[in-house]
Amino acid sequence: MKGFILSFRSEFYKTRKTMGFWSAVLLPFLLCLFVFIGFFAKSDDLMKNSGMELWLKFAAPILGVMGLLLMPMLIIFIAYSVNSLEHKADTWKTIFSLPIPKLSVYAAKYFYAFFLLFLCLALFVLFTLGFGNFLGILKPSLKFSEYSIASILTQIYFKFFLASLGILSIQFLLSLLFSDFLKPMGIGFICTITGGILAGNGWAYAYLFPYSHPMMAMRAFGQNTKGGDNHPSAMPHFTVEMLTKDTWVSLAVAVAVFVAGYFIVLKKSVK
Amino acid sequence: MVISTQNLTFTFGSQTVVKSLSLQVPEGSIYGFLGPNGAGKTTTIKLLLNLLKTQEGSILIFEKELQSNRIEILSQIGSLIEQPAIYLHMSGKENLLNRALLLGVGEKRVDEMLDLVHLTTAAHKKAGQYSLGMKQRLGIALALLSDPKLLILDEPTNGLDPNGIIEIRELLVKLTTVHKKTVFISSHLLAEIQKMATHVGIINFGELMFQGSIQELEASNKPSVQIETDRSVDAANFLKKNNIDVAEVNDHCVFVPFTSKETMGEINALLNQNGYTVYSINKQQQDLEKLFLAITQHA
Repeated sequence: MKGFILSFRSEFYKTRKTMGFWSAVLLPFLLCLFVFIGFFAKSDDLMKNSGMELWLKFAAPILGVMGLLLMPMLIIFIAYSVNSLEHKADTWKTIFSLPIPKLSVYAAKYFYAFFLLFLCLALFVLFTLGFGNFLGILKPSLKFSEYSIASILTQIYFKFFLASLGILSIQFLLSLLFSDFLKPMGIGFICTITGGILAGNGWAYAYLFPYSHPMMAMRAFGQNTKGGDNHPSAMPHFTVEMLTKDTWVSLAVAVAVFVAGYFIVLKKSVK
Repeated sequence: MVISTQNLTFTFGSQTVVKSLSLQVPEGSIYGFLGPNGAGKTTTIKLLLNLLKTQEGSILIFEKELQSNRIEILSQIGSLIEQPAIYLHMSGKENLLNRALLLGVGEKRVDEMLDLVHLTTAAHKKAGQYSLGMKQRLGIALALLSDPKLLILDEPTNGLDPNGIIEIRELLVKLTTVHKKTVFISSHLLAEIQKMATHVGIINFGELMFQGSIQELEASNKPSVQIETDRSVDAANFLKKNNIDVAEVNDHCVFVPFTSKETMGEINALLNQNGYTVYSINKQQQDLEKLFLAITQHA
């Protein structure tokens, strides 16, 4: 365990000045900032909205852009950046000849990629809430304070996180195998589009394809917002079913890839 | 023995890269591990560091079996394999601090290492902007960081200028004589190793061709007589006719295996009496490089 913690801290130390790390921080910040500016500029049109509607309108574009487009790209990039660090510096052999169990070194890297994604999504929640409330203070006519979206938003993003683990682990493995960006990027991109089409068309077995999962998590939320808009009375019934079968598939893929990746990395370190 | 392997064999697919290798590296030695490119040096080193799993044979380091005492053994080894593994986006010092974090070593030691390899002034410069020599020195600082008992260095002087090579050599000699470390250093240049090694192992096609102290290696090296004449090719033919072995001929010189001083005098007289002008005649130790070639080419 000590080896794992040391390796994990080292991962942070190594990446803290790279784009891989900062993209996980800047992406939520910038995206929330843009929506904030948009709302600030159009605040007069939004005054008649109820607190809940405001929050949903505020969170939805961020979620939409993120879930459909940016998140798969971000996952591909995070998985790549964590591994390319070692490819570029040719350090696989070094980190595996440290007096630390090989499993700890590998697991630390794997979970660090998870951590970056978690951090990014947690910041999305924080920045959405932060900017929303800040907007409410700047423009008291906007009734942000009437409703609290914190709980449901946290649940949605957490669901997103769980739904992304399958993709992240596959991308992690691809980035481990290929030292260049194009292969994992290309494969990831094609799979993301395929996953989007499968989930978008409601294919019965889309839940088995990890690249469909974020979109499926996203759609569940979309139906909820519609319900919320049309029937304000349904407001308290917002729930996110956390462990759907696609989420289980996502988790299973993550575990399977973790194990497979360990054996691959043992071979890889000696090339 | 610090390193002791028994019949170490390693196969990549159908190709045997290391063949029943039995290395014996005594404590406090600088062991030069020599061989041409592709001889199996790096594979052997990877086996010693447990980067490759031992297939056949055994490896004992510090008298302990490597596989079952991996962490304990690795904590006493510093290594530099092929190119130094350095994160280019980080400064030299950050590279060392990162490794110090993993090894549980304090920052004071990092500064000492920077000083030791003369990188203190460049400590905060990005490693990507370092020259090849500086990177190599940083690699050595990384290897030395945990104050290991055994240093395993794979061609550490690659890409260094003569000054850098001398510095590294002096550092390694100091480490073994003053600090009682053991150094296992691989190279494809014998001349390089000859100047510092106390022991030598020569490997080719995965097989150990020679192992022993540098004195033993030199003893197996026979001296020759270099004769500079006006017509070296004719002189060589003439000597052959007179039942004198000729080892080598070029445009300027004839080389004859040395047997005794008397024979040297006789050869000189013989050539002079038969119309050859001898400009110079002297006994010389054969270049170890040639010996190295001879050993590795016999395979």
